[in-house]
Amino acid sequence: MTRFLAKRLAGMLLVLGLVSLMSFAVIELVPGDPTAAFADASATPEQMARLRHELGLDLPLPQRMADWYGRLLHADLGQSILLRRSVTDAILERLPVTLSLAGIALVAALAAGVAAGMVAAAYHKRWPDQVVMTAALFGLSVPEFWLGLMLILLFAVRLGAFPTGGFVPIEQDPAAWARSIALPAAALAAVQVGFIARMTRAAVLDVLHQDFMRTADAKGLSRADIMLRHGLPNALVPILTVAGIVTGSLLGNAVIIEQVFSIPGVGRLVVGGILSRDYPVIQGGLLFLAAIYLMMNLVVDVLYAVVDPRIRLE
Amino acid sequence: MSSVSSMSAAVAAPAPSPGGQALRQLLGHRGFLIGGALVAAIVLVAVFAGALAPFDPLRSNVRMRLKPPDGLHWLGTDHFGRDILSRLMVGARISLVIGLCTALTTGVFGTLIGALAGFFRSLDHVLMRLMDALMAFPAILLAIAVSATLGASVTNVIIALSVATTPHTARIVRAAVLVVRHMDYVEAARALGAGELRLLLRHVLPNTLGPLIVRLTYVFATAILAEAALSFIGVGPPPPAPTFGNIIAQGRDFMADAPWITLFPGIAVILSVLGLNLLGDGLRDVLDPRMRV
Repeated sequence: MTRFLAKRLAGMLLVLGLVSLMSFAVIELVPGDPTAAFADASATPEQMARLRHELGLDLPLPQRMADWYGRLLHADLGQSILLRRSVTDAILERLPVTLSLAGIALVAALAAGVAAGMVAAAYHKRWPDQVVMTAALFGLSVPEFWLGLMLILLFAVRLGAFPTGGFVPIEQDPAAWARSIALPAAALAAVQVGFIARMTRAAVLDVLHQDFMRTADAKGLSRADIMLRHGLPNALVPILTVAGIVTGSLLGNAVIIEQVFSIPGVGRLVVGGILSRDYPVIQGGLLFLAAIYLMMNLVVDVLYAVVDPRIRLE
Repeated sequence: MSSVSSMSAAVAAPAPSPGGQALRQLLGHRGFLIGGALVAAIVLVAVFAGALAPFDPLRSNVRMRLKPPDGLHWLGTDHFGRDILSRLMVGARISLVIGLCTALTTGVFGTLIGALAGFFRSLDHVLMRLMDALMAFPAILLAIAVSATLGASVTNVIIALSVATTPHTARIVRAAVLVVRHMDYVEAARALGAGELRLLLRHVLPNTLGPLIVRLTYVFATAILAEAALSFIGVGPPPPAPTFGNIIAQGRDFMADAPWITLFPGIAVILSVLGLNLLGDGLRDVLDPRMRV
């Protein structure tokens, strides 16, 4: 188990190294002068020179790279040009918002998706299966931001049951927090349910044909018992894989959903940074979100080994 | 369109041509036919948008602003009095061009990287770790960053989406190459003296086409969804280009009074993506049955 963990950790660190290099390189890819986007008619050459200095663009490339990694070792992602403050602080301040949004969506999507997938597998090729699979196919085809807008239209504008946007911190008012996060989480979760249901169904169908399932049936276990005690646990590894993939796309989709619902999360910060060319925010935000994703993958890898001991021996 | 799977099927039950067999299976696949009909209809509308559109999609008409759907404007008008149906028809063209070009670009680069990694083992580690690193960024955020950095335009959206979808494609091609390169017929060709490049191009790659075609169909669908999201954020093809995402973004401010502006482009996205997903599922069932979900 230790060797397995060490190997996975080493792999993750290698990829993290590449990710940090790519995040750094973003500013190098900008065609022309990266500061040109800030140059309006009123910008004096001195102001532009100061901005270039702030971004470190007046230094040679190796020096800038050394600075970037030197700062990373201190968890310092640099200073935002527009916010005039530390990018690390700005991200950490918004992180709980994004994590709670994505976390709630993940739990909801997994619960609904796994349940739907199991129902579909249990009633393979009968009407519940067909209903679930048709709904799943539609779910895969819906743009999450549009679904968010439709939820706002229906539940906020027409019915007035939820706010049209914004975010209330949980420590300020738990009920208002729940109401502010319900619609965005629902929009995020809904588009993932179809994918989870399809994968769960396939995993469970695979297990259903195993000998031990026939044995369980032969020894007289009820259908529900067979599915829950023998079917689901043995389908867990593929479902875990799905959970990992879904976590990745939830982080990405949360970026968009935060725009739709005006939620002050990390995604809104980074997209704002991208749109206003606030390079330290872009670099730091990209690196940070990728690092979270890699850590989630590591957790999934470890869970694999916990769920299926055979994987530890690989 | 011979693939590993249809070839092994051909061994079990000798058929005259694996390609013909695959085609026959596809034509008997209900989902594939529905998806095909849906996509064909959308392609026709997009190609003939100029002739079919009842109004000029860019011309505003202040007296007709925010009109609900009626006999004249079937899907209503927006805040400039522009006809939504006409805008959607032209928008479908932009979406399809972006989706198709993204799928083709991804196909080229994904195959190149995947084939190099799968066939030349010395390159495998480097290339795949690079792909892992790219995949660590949320795909949509990567696309937003690339598109915003290069500047919003149709071409740059295609580049951005290709960057975001290539790593996974490369991984799929690599996996297929790894399976095929150890097949007996490849060993046989090697024994007959075929060079590495010939082995790769003539014997290995053609047999990875199945999974690749399936993947590219899904990339096409994903690209349409992602383009809508990019346009919505404001880093897609700039307005007044009537992309699905642009129309949704513009309709957002009038959602309470004129929900049709936002509603219909969303349905257009769903129908396009649904059609492509159905096609993809059908192709997967026939060309790559191991991946069957």
